[in-house]
Amino acid sequence: MNFIISILFSGIAVSVIVLIPWICIGAIDGAFMRSLFGIIIPYAAIATFLIGIVVRVISWSRSPVPFRIPTTAGQEWSFPWIKSNPIDNPKGMGGVILRMIFEVLLFRSLFRNTRLEYLNDENGPKINYEWEKWLWLAALAFHYSFLVIFLRHFRFFLDPIPGFVHVLESLDGFMQLGIIPFNGFGMPGVYITDGLLLAAVTYLFVRRIYIHQVRYISLPADYFPLFIILGLGLTGVLMRYAIRVDITAVKELSISLFQFSPKVPDGIGVIFFIHLFLLCVLIAYFPFSKLMHMAGIFLSPTRNMANNNRFKRHVNPWNYPVKFHTYAAYEDEFREKMIEAGIPVDKGVEATSESGKKE
Amino acid sequence: MYDGGKIIVGLLICLGFFLSPFFYNAGKAAKVPNPQLTEIAKEAQTCVMSKDYMTTSHFTLLDKWRNTVVRDGERYFKGENGKIYYKSLQMTCLKCHANKSKFCDQCHNYMDVNPYCWDCHIEPKESE
Ligand code: HEC
Ligand code: HEC
Ligand code: HEC
Ligand code: HEM
Repeated sequence: MNFIISILFSGIAVSVIVLIPWICIGAIDGAFMRSLFGIIIPYAAIATFLIGIVVRVISWSRSPVPFRIPTTAGQEWSFPWIKSNPIDNPKGMGGVILRMIFEVLLFRSLFRNTRLEYLNDENGPKINYEWEKWLWLAALAFHYSFLVIFLRHFRFFLDPIPGFVHVLESLDGFMQLGIIPFNGFGMPGVYITDGLLLAAVTYLFVRRIYIHQVRYISLPADYFPLFIILGLGLTGVLMRYAIRVDITAVKELSISLFQFSPKVPDGIGVIFFIHLFLLCVLIAYFPFSKLMHMAGIFLSPTRNMANNNRFKRHVNPWNYPVKFHTYAAYEDEFREKMIEAGIPVDKGVEATSESGKKE
Repeated sequence: MYDGGKIIVGLLICLGFFLSPFFYNAGKAAKVPNPQLTEIAKEAQTCVMSKDYMTTSHFTLLDKWRNTVVRDGERYFKGENGKIYYKSLQMTCLKCHANKSKFCDQCHNYMDVNPYCWDCHIEPKESE
């Protein structure tokens, strides 16, 4: 698909998703609309999210992985005097766990990303692999900001609020950007992750259209999640620093949802419902999309298996029972005929009759 | 299922994380902040701005007051109702809302907000 069409398509989709709650709450309003967007849709989205993830992972777990796939970046364990790499090419569980920790928490394989370049010197172009760490850096910034923001949101979800939320809030706000030139903008305190999230998502989007190979392989399924997360971040930031809503009422709503006695308090602004609806669409879309890499990373066959093909037998699980007819049995069956025809045999007739006597 | 044991443990951890708010809040009485007005506030009837604005953005107003007083020396504020207020945290806000623990702290404890203002500014003494 042409990339402009892809971007337009996902852009329009996200605009419609923003407009739906905007019109339904902002223009139409009423108790029904508020419980639709505040109660029914969130419950449906949470259910889709969780059931969808479970079904998807279980369906993955049904595909057998018969053989260890040793695409590694290190020397395999062989002899004691050959130096092996126990993390990149592990032979046991411990190394695999370390490799997975590095992969999940630090995106190690993304860190290895290189870019192919042609260097021109007097002998003509030469191939060169350049370090390329920007994608890794932006991905790390994006995922960690998202995580921190999500965990900070637990102040809306839990009552009483556990200590880790407060620790995150003070670390995230430690620059105390309350003292910035615009009167009144710096209160409540500005969080670092808010800017980081928006910047990283913007980078990830710009990268897609700037690098022409990446642009060529990008589809609406790539732009849509980026746009929806950007929308989620923008509405959140707007809600915190500009168009404020009564967040004590927001907390009443979310706690009532978690206690299964849902009730939408009065006086929550439209922007909150836009924020919430974007989230509902995101998590309902989650199990059907590439975002499932959240679970998929734990099941990556090249990362989560020890490279022990050399010293452990892995039987293909879809082998069906094969009917054997070994050569020994074949010779037993045709021995006389083979001797008559002058074909050499392993055991002569005497040998067999002798062994027969012995028995 | 292949490696079913490990996969099910992983799924349970993931579900446990996402469902934690349901377990954490289960069976607790829903308590809602209930800011109480003092006699002085009741008499005044209105705050310095509309109630909606105060509920959602009182800290923005305080920030504006702080900056304009400390930087520009503008000490008076014309409220929405036309009344003039002396811009002061202790002498204006906390004169009407002298019951800090039953007013400000009601919401702040609920949302885990700890304004650092009281490092320097003096909290009103509440007699009880
Ligand atoms: C309706 C409930 C409510 C009442 C009453 C209330 N507050 Fe707040 N206040 C909040 C909430 C909620 C926040 C946090 C906003 C955020 O973090 O997004 C807050 C934040 C603040 C902040 C900014 C804190 C920071 O670190 O960013 C200050 C300062 C503040 N309140 C002062 C006061 C004072 C002084 C009073 C009493 C005169 C008061 N508030 C009464 C709900 C309330
Ligand atoms: C003249 C007395 C007076 C002063 C001064 C005053 N308030 Fe108020 N405040 C009130 C009254 C009365 C209400 C209740 C308004 C209503 O119910 O319509 C109120 C309401 C509020 C609310 C909303 C409470 C809720 O239940 O949502 C907040 C927050 C608040 N005031 C904070 C402040 C802050 C911060 C200041 C200083 C900038 C301040 N007030 C100064 C009288 C005052
Ligand atoms: C480091 C100490 C310190 C901290 C912390 C502090 N202030 Fe102040 N504040 C001052 C000083 C000093 C003045 C100047 C007083 C004057 O000139 O009348 C002032 C003045 C003000 C004023 C205007 C004048 C007055 O009498 O109130 C406001 C409003 C104000 N601060 C709000 C806040 C708020 C809201 C916070 C918390 C978010 C806060 N301050 C935190 C020291 C502090
Ligand atoms: C995981 C998905 C979510 C993301 C990425 C997200 C993102 C954000 C961001 C970036 C902000 C800016 C302020 C901040 O960082 O605290 C914000 C604020 C906010 N979000 Fe979310 N959000 C998410 C889920 C939710 C949910 C489920 C709710 C419903 C309770 C919610 C309600 C709010 C509210 C009320 C604010 C305003 C905070 C304030 O005024 O202090 N968000 N969001």
